[in-house]
Amino acid sequence: MAQQKLFKGITPYFFVAPAVFVLAFTCLYPVMKGFELSFYDWKLGTPMASRQYVGWENFAWAWRDPALFNSIRVTLIFTACAVTAELFLGLALAFLLEKGMRGIAILRTAFIIPIMIAPVVVGLIWRYLFDANFGLINYLVQLVGFEPKIWLGTPGLALPAIIITDIWQWTPFMFILFLAGLQSLPRDPVEAAEVDGATTWQVIRQVKLPLLAPVIWVAIILRVIDAFRSLETMFIMTFGGPARETEVLSLNIYKTAFLSQRLGLASVNAIFLLAFILLLSLGFLMIARPALAKK
Amino acid sequence: MALGNLASQKTLRGGSRVTLFRRKSWKAGKYFLVFFLAFVYLIPIIILVQTSFKTQVQIFTKVPTWIFVPTLENYRTVLLEQGFVRFMLNSLEVGLIATFFTLLIGGFAAYGLVRFRFRGQGVISFGTLLLRMIPPAVLVVPIYVLWSHFGLADTRTGLMIVYIGLNLPFTIWVLISFISEIPVELEEAAVVDGCGPWKIFFKVILPLIKPGLAAASIFTFRISWNEFIIALVLTNRITRTLPVATTIYLTDIGVQWGNITAMGTLIALPAIIFTFLAAKQLIAGLTAGAVKG
Repeated sequence: MAQQKLFKGITPYFFVAPAVFVLAFTCLYPVMKGFELSFYDWKLGTPMASRQYVGWENFAWAWRDPALFNSIRVTLIFTACAVTAELFLGLALAFLLEKGMRGIAILRTAFIIPIMIAPVVVGLIWRYLFDANFGLINYLVQLVGFEPKIWLGTPGLALPAIIITDIWQWTPFMFILFLAGLQSLPRDPVEAAEVDGATTWQVIRQVKLPLLAPVIWVAIILRVIDAFRSLETMFIMTFGGPARETEVLSLNIYKTAFLSQRLGLASVNAIFLLAFILLLSLGFLMIARPALAKK
Repeated sequence: MALGNLASQKTLRGGSRVTLFRRKSWKAGKYFLVFFLAFVYLIPIIILVQTSFKTQVQIFTKVPTWIFVPTLENYRTVLLEQGFVRFMLNSLEVGLIATFFTLLIGGFAAYGLVRFRFRGQGVISFGTLLLRMIPPAVLVVPIYVLWSHFGLADTRTGLMIVYIGLNLPFTIWVLISFISEIPVELEEAAVVDGCGPWKIFFKVILPLIKPGLAAASIFTFRISWNEFIIALVLTNRITRTLPVATTIYLTDIGVQWGNITAMGTLIALPAIIFTFLAAKQLIAGLTAGAVKG
């Protein structure tokens, strides 16, 4: 990035100040307020004056709260399964469809729609598809001779259903990133390997994948951050059920604050979510640093 | 399946008739895969749209009906009876105004970060990246509390402010990559002509980063149009946006699929139209930064 000194003095601060002010007001200040709230016992809907300082009591409660640990577990399983599947499907598709072919433009357009439409609508579509009585999935399941299932109401099936929905929505994102990455790879190493008689598989394994590594890492990091924040599909499809099986941490925070009406405890859970996302991102950045530095 | 295809591709080189046959079947296999994927990706969308034109009876069948006489009853209910128009205007107002200010403020900041060296610059760039990671669920409780305190809860303005903040990091990120491609000589020439920094920004920089502004505005508007959880908490019966309004039809008794799919179709419509009109720009926006670096 070419950085040039065009103007000096106070001007640059004027350019950056509005953004800093807005970000401080909408992100930084609320996060700090969240830390403060975590030390209070405060029921939703009661005046601020009625809140009581309870010290670390909310943290102690959270530590013994099976619902919190359950939702951390659900979030981790959901993120790990969905992102892994999206990564491998996206990679496989990108390598398969790398060389242009007729009709691919239509597919690419079809691929972007799930990314663009509201997660709420994605949740609605898949709640309907997974519907036990008149959903398309049970119809197809019966066509091939299996018993219909109550997908979204059966423990052991609801979370996989949510994960499938996420894979449907986000595999295209991985695919588009990888395809763009493959198309911007330098030609020489690939051609050199082909001249040397490498098979397609060897070219992919030993030439293209290492060159693609920075894009792969960026895609993983972006998707993990996104998977951690998603709650709309769960909200619409199952509202966290059955028996909290699909209650991700984000949904747990919403339910604790606005259904159980415990603002302090919800703030503690939010701190857990923030800590997890920061640790995970930092962890990934550390692992990915050698690959990213090459870029 | 992917591995099998790769294995068959291995034998592509060489010139015998067998490999020619293999090459052809490999190509046919690829077309089959593309067709299958288009099915998997378009069918759910088609079912959404199709269901919105069905009567209650046609919806509640065990075997899906593909051919039927379409009804506009669901759209009539949604558009006329439940205040859809008001919610749509809320969504439009919040989305458009938030997008405008995000681009303006984000453009300033991106220009400042690219072209000026100043104390605290590193902190600001890194901080922007860090803020991009905060999940909305972390903000939802404190923002509800603070906005109630400031009288911003239940107002469209309150929601707009949150969306500007949520979209700024991404917008700044995209615009930085566009601004840093502009040759600095242009601005130097403008300085010689006696332009100040603000005039340069509006007259030189903004016209040159139009593609970046287009990409960023589509994504910013999309986030505001689609956002659910913060809108759910920050709006009331009057000020709610479209995604929140869908919850009306998710009752304890059951889901009114006809109405809710009509609403879902209307919410998804701008996204679907944009996708067909501007697929290239959308891909550019999605891959910005990730691929080019």
